[in-house]
Amino acid sequence: MKDFTEYKNIWVFAEQRQGKLMNVTLELIGEGYKLSRERGDGAKVCAVIAGNGVSPLADELYQYGADMVYVLEHPLLTQYTTDGYAKAITDAINTYKPEIVLFGATHIGRDLAPRIAARLNTGLTADCTRLDINVSNYMDYLEENTTASLNGLDRNDQSKGLKQTRPAFGGNLMATIVTPNTRPQMATVRPGVMTKREKIQGAKGELIKAEVDLTPDDINVEVLEVVKAAKEMVSLTDAKIICSGGRGLGDPEGFKLIEEFASTVGGVVGASRAAVDAGWIDPIHQVGQTGTTVKPEIYFACGISGAIQHLAGMQTSKIIVAINKDPECPMMKLADYSIEGDLKKVIPEIMALWNQ
Amino acid sequence: MKIAVCVKQVPDTTEIRINPETGTLIRDGVPSILNPDDANALEEALRVKDNLPGSEVTVITMGPPQAKEMLQECIAMGADDAILLSDRALGGSDTWATSNALAAGIRNAGSFDLILAGRQAIDGDTAQVGPQIAEKLGLPQVTYVKEFSLEGDYVKVKRALEDGYEVLKVKLPCVLTAIKELNEPRYMSVPGILKAAKHDIKVWNAVDIGVDLTTVGLKASPTNVFKSFTPKPKGEGIAVEGDTPKEKAASLVNALKEKHLI
Repeated sequence: MKDFTEYKNIWVFAEQRQGKLMNVTLELIGEGYKLSRERGDGAKVCAVIAGNGVSPLADELYQYGADMVYVLEHPLLTQYTTDGYAKAITDAINTYKPEIVLFGATHIGRDLAPRIAARLNTGLTADCTRLDINVSNYMDYLEENTTASLNGLDRNDQSKGLKQTRPAFGGNLMATIVTPNTRPQMATVRPGVMTKREKIQGAKGELIKAEVDLTPDDINVEVLEVVKAAKEMVSLTDAKIICSGGRGLGDPEGFKLIEEFASTVGGVVGASRAAVDAGWIDPIHQVGQTGTTVKPEIYFACGISGAIQHLAGMQTSKIIVAINKDPECPMMKLADYSIEGDLKKVIPEIMALWNQ
Repeated sequence: MKIAVCVKQVPDTTEIRINPETGTLIRDGVPSILNPDDANALEEALRVKDNLPGSEVTVITMGPPQAKEMLQECIAMGADDAILLSDRALGGSDTWATSNALAAGIRNAGSFDLILAGRQAIDGDTAQVGPQIAEKLGLPQVTYVKEFSLEGDYVKVKRALEDGYEVLKVKLPCVLTAIKELNEPRYMSVPGILKAAKHDIKVWNAVDIGVDLTTVGLKASPTNVFKSFTPKPKGEGIAVEGDTPKEKAASLVNALKEKHLI
């Protein structure tokens, strides 16, 4: 057993774009807070933020639960580059030795985290949907939600390794991954899965300005332009109701009905990969393993047969309603309420009754 | 231009089903395919070759002997050469160990101007091996590439973000990972299939590629699978009753109202 006593604290990479913190950052601070208290050894949850002129964001990070904020500021960090961020954060990890480092599984987190993990020669687990330190809590989770056997696990086990649970094979299989022999333990976590803490106005913490040693030679990629899409991000992760359409819609016109449905029930439009691949709707609406993970109060699956990748992204929804011609498809089996029938006839009837 | 393309043979996960009794994966009869994002990476390499005659495209993979079939498919699409890294010593590698092996294989194959890979494989979905190969080779990387153009010693690429995109300029050599928006992969051609049947695929073991044996395989991997399991099947749902769409809609709306969800 190696001695890891010099490694302390839980770090969250505080991803910001154009000076605005990503939602997943706040979710991870919430999760990091929970894990730091589970460790029960005085571990703190710390945000690490990189950029130029980003220290004012520290207040928001404290308000969501960060005990400490490490600020990495440098003119060469003004824009995100893999090279600049990887060097600055790797140097900070080597200096301050966190026990755990968490990233949002965004296009930036999934670009940056593997580069840093490879440089540190440590393990990285991708796209986690659950994290545990306390063995007893982990066993509760297995018992309640999975078919796993508890053989070899002991509720009195006081070990403090991070158990990182993630879907594989498109969500058919779950695996818990550990990093026993190297530190820090690193993971990316899917946006929309963890819960942020209640915001506490005026909360304060400790700010540490970490040294950043960067020269232009360290950065081999030139950012010519960053273009924000004119379209708004679809807020699938925050939606209470999602109305999703799949191949069973038959054609792109089908999404007009789904849009009407969503606006009638106060929901957001989602889509299966098949509908996105067919070019019927923009990929930002995609729910599933390669799209967005969602857990609304009600998920309407309209003409979605339920490929495993799709199920992986929505099966924790509180209530699932499936509308499909095929009563035998996986989505109809998964659904809390399954309606066998022609969605073009059923949906208008639901809309007519909804607000009565 | 010398281009290396990292590819992986994967089970077609869209074909995988769960056995409802045992809760285990049914993999029997599930076809193995060239990982979809990797097909986009190969297509882009072949397009460079189409525009710059004399360019060479080498595909490289790590896997069991049957991965040769996928490499033959890559030759049939138009790749010039194919390398299979296959050795029990490499088995059970996590992404860190895999990237050590692939980086060593690429180094052993010569020097390349451009290295392409798919963003992620559909069996593990980690998206880690591309960036980790870049790190092990000491090269810059761009992931999630959706547009690519070659401009002398540089490449100009569009990198997809969730809320837009970035335009980046990178000097060669570099590592790029492809997403499906990048292009439409070509089919195998008939002459290609004939060529593939005769092509001698290079099979290298861990010693051939000169990789440090303490950095590959299951034992060297910093991550371990602690447990694997399937989610518990949900309880039986309710098939909403009614003779007409209107009656079914009414039963559903009533049920949701009873649960105070409306």
